[in-house]
Amino acid sequence: MIGIIRYGAGNIFSLTAALERLGIAYGMVYNEADFEQFDRFIIPGVGHAGAAMHKLQQSGLVDRIKSLQKPTLGICVGMQLLTAHSEEGDAEMLDIFPIQTKRFTDSAVYKVPHTGWNRVNQEITNPLFANIPNGSHFYFVHSYFIEFNPAYTLASTDYSTKFSASIWKDNFYAVQFHPEKSGKYGEQLLTNFSNI
Amino acid sequence: MLTKRIIPCLDVKDGRTVKGVNFVDLRDAGDPVELAWNYSQQGADELVFLDITATHERRKTMVELVKSVARQINIPFTIGGGINEIADADALLNAGADKISINSAAVRNPALIDELAKAFGVQFVIVAVDTRRVGDQNLVHLNGGRIATEKDTFEWILEAERRGAGEILLTSMDHDGTKGGFDNVFLKRVNDAVHIPVIASGGAGSVQHFVDVFEKTNVDAALAASVFHYGEILIPDLKAILGRHQVAVRQIFN
Repeated sequence: MIGIIRYGAGNIFSLTAALERLGIAYGMVYNEADFEQFDRFIIPGVGHAGAAMHKLQQSGLVDRIKSLQKPTLGICVGMQLLTAHSEEGDAEMLDIFPIQTKRFTDSAVYKVPHTGWNRVNQEITNPLFANIPNGSHFYFVHSYFIEFNPAYTLASTDYSTKFSASIWKDNFYAVQFHPEKSGKYGEQLLTNFSNI
Repeated sequence: MLTKRIIPCLDVKDGRTVKGVNFVDLRDAGDPVELAWNYSQQGADELVFLDITATHERRKTMVELVKSVARQINIPFTIGGGINEIADADALLNAGADKISINSAAVRNPALIDELAKAFGVQFVIVAVDTRRVGDQNLVHLNGGRIATEKDTFEWILEAERRGAGEILLTSMDHDGTKGGFDNVFLKRVNDAVHIPVIASGGAGSVQHFVDVFEKTNVDAALAASVFHYGEILIPDLKAILGRHQVAVRQIFN
């Protein structure tokens, strides 16, 4: 069963709705004791990464999250929390991945936020993307991106620069796009995560 | 490459879609959720629900509808109509809406854009602008184009961007309902001037109009209602033709 880590950032209605459609069991993690009930975790998040990190620190769950050994999926800002640092609020993050979250440079051609459906190119084969054709479109909406790094990038997307659409290290996975809003391939990704 | 988005717009009154719909075997053409599901299966990239309810019960009805849509639809959707304050937006966000669209309320109180962007992030805030030509000027209009203001549309859009709009939904009232094509001249002027996505609206009558709006203005998305609702344009056909014109679109192969 998936534990959704609740630290006060972002609404999770669409995420839980998607899990319900897919018949994937889930519950909520509010404190350290709650972690024991679950065999995998999702870290959600929307909005401002610096503010989200601040809330996460206030939740008292930081050390527990960093020590997790079970499969854990960060989504959107929940992904950015796993990096070392974000330019959004010049904030130190969890540093599970020693890479940076940076702001897109806006222009009339590459507008910010990066909003809409873009191709996700799988850099390596991984069960998270099982049964998802390489180059499938996923729904993005974000102004900050995680730098491309071959050591951690599971899938990449091009938008003015090549960035990490998905990263992976040990039991930690993360996606910048919104699987819960990305049609049937987004649902496939959530199903895949529930089976990892 | 980021694809161009095709967005059907559904008018909702008291929780039911209005305007006739006769394009598929719907059990209930007035059910916004069933209609939304059909569009998502056809390959719509996003949906806009415009609440035209005039009753005091509107917020409760709309929140219930938003929840139903979020439960069953796996693509992003926007809610517009009657959002006047942070509390309205908060209720819709918590019910699963991806974005809200504000129009008249932003014109009457431009600081609302700043407040919403600060509270929820710019990606949550679409500023919808209805424009009509008056002499040689494009002026912002309210209430579906019925009430003229003295605001210059172009300047207002730049102000909305400065204040924190994450996207602009620009409807040309001169073109809306004509099925004569989008207002490509003005859309291009706006699109070239802003650094946030622009959704074109008003005037779609044929597939070629969509080809034209993307080729001539490079806007990020095109919105339409009746051509989709009446089955005059089917989204898979539209996307296939856009693809042949080298317009990047997300194709759905079921």
